[in-house]
Order: sequence, then structure tokens, then C-alpha cells
Amino acid sequence: MSETAERVKKIVVEHLGVEPEKVTEEASFIDDLGADSLDIVELVMAFEEEFGVEIPDDAAEKITTVKDAISYIDANKG
Amino acid sequence: MFDLTGMTALVTGASGGIGSAIAKALAAQGAKVALSGTRAEALTALAQEIGGGALPVPANLADTASVEALIPAALEALGGRLDILVNNAGITRDNLVMRMKDDEWDQVISVNLEAAFRLIRAAARPMMKARFGRIVTITSVVGTTGNPGQANYAASKGGLTAMSKALGQELATRGITVNCVAPGFIASAMTDTLNETQKGAILGRIPAGALGEGTDVAAAVAYLSSREAGYVTGQTIHVNGGMAMP
Repeated sequence: MSETAERVKKIVVEHLGVEPEKVTEEASFIDDLGADSLDIVELVMAFEEEFGVEIPDDAAEKITTVKDAISYIDANKG
Repeated sequence: MFDLTGMTALVTGASGGIGSAIAKALAAQGAKVALSGTRAEALTALAQEIGGGALPVPANLADTASVEALIPAALEALGGRLDILVNNAGITRDNLVMRMKDDEWDQVISVNLEAAFRLIRAAARPMMKARFGRIVTITSVVGTTGNPGQANYAASKGGLTAMSKALGQELATRGITVNCVAPGFIASAMTDTLNETQKGAILGRIPAGALGEGTDVAAAVAYLSSREAGYVTGQTIHVNGGMAMP
């Protein structure tokens, strides 16, 4: 697992209070991990802080799975 | 009941009559209060009067950069936590509609409505993280009843009421409540300048037969700021001696 993936999963586990095993790369935040729309906003803000990236709204809308988040961060972090 | 010990608060417009009463009431209930306003000297004097827990954080809500800087400044002054945001600052630029300048409309909407929105947006983030927050906005009876010569002011206050309802729904799952307190006629520097005839006309519309005091408004704010009010959101408490019962 990449370093980004580990840090992303740690944030998701902490924020959503889900079992680490459930946070697979394919897991959908809303459908599989029980997130609501506010959780998504908070997760995106947490990713921005953790990785020092800016995630604009149109990009954030496309982040629906753990893998989406990891890919976006890997492609955009400094 | 309504103990605010250990909680932190930011009150805007704290140097005014109602604002200072709110700041004092929250401090009396145990909260550490950041005092915002344009008059730094008045804020410092108020902070000294309140004592240990109160801190001045001057800001001019007519200035966008000053609005953006206020929540970070308050968080720093309050040790990184903001439990209670009281949007009390407000201005009037009264005029009959045909004479009302764009500028008079814009200024009132900008300070009363837009600045409150920006402050709430900035405060929502730490409150969401903390899973706790109390947002209380001071509106006005005029936001419900309207008042000739105050199209701008009434619109701003009605807007705050509706915004609070939307945000109450948006933030409820995070332990954040968003409510309003709507004063009627409150004794203040402004009402002191009214003559006896004007006062008589106003009192004739108030079943309680007297002007309200800043402390009457402050008590409602203290309640809505408390943990005990956690199941109340999107609401307005009218503090007006019965002059309107919406």
C-alpha cells in the first residue's frame, strides 16, 4: 500500500469511525462506509490539510471512493 | 441550568448596548468571550469590566478582509476552540424606497447578512470538527413584521432568519444549532434620543408597556447558547414585550 493510501485510510477510519478492514480502495464513502454529504465535505477538508493540496468543488464531487481520493491526491500533491 | 463554564464565545457588535449585554451574560454564565466590534477602545473597556475571561478582537464587518480574519483571530484568542458564535453586529441606513440609494441597500445587506454568512461559514468548520456549536444571530421584529423606511434592514433580518433555518438543517447532525433572537424595541443610545411623543407612540404598540433591556435579549442568547438548548434549532425567540407574536 502506498504512503498516500495509508494516510487516506487512516483519516477515513478516524473520521467515519469505521473498521479499518472496511476501508478498501473500492469502498464508496456513501454506499459502503455510511458517510453523508457533510462527511464528504469534512473528509475533503481533512485531505486538503493532511496533504497540503487544494481540492476544488468540481474535483471533490468526483471523489466517491477511497481510490478516487488516493488517485487525486497522488496526481496533485506537491 | 444554562451553565457555560469551559465554553468559548465570539460576540460581534460587542461594544453596542445589546452586544455588551450579551457578552456580559455569556461571561456571567462562565464562558470565555471574544469581543468584536469596530471601536477598539470600547472593547478594551468592556473586556476590563467583564474581567479575566473577555478578550477584544476588533473587526470591521463592512470590510471583507476584516470579516475573513475575524474567526481565525477569535480562535487564536480563545485557545483554538469556538463553541458559541453570536452574530449581533448590525447597521441601519433607513430611507423610503424611492429615495434609497443602492449604496444604502448594499451596506446594510453586506454588514448584516453577508458578514454573518461568512462568519458562520468560517465557524462551521471548527464546530463540525468538535461536533458541537451554538450559532445565535440577533435579528429583529422588523424582519418578521416589516417597517416603512427599512426595506434594506428588514430584508437583511428576514434573510438571516431564513439562512438560520437552512443552516439549522444542514448542521443538525453535527451537534450545531442555529437560532435567532429577535428583539423588539430595546432601550439603547438610539431610543434615548426619541422625544416623549415618539416614545409614547412606540409604547402604545407594546403590550408590556415598556421598552426592553439589553439583558432581556442577552438572557435568550444565553439560553440558546447552552447545552440544554441542544434540541432547539432553526428557531427564533422573540423578545419584544408582546408587540408582535408571529
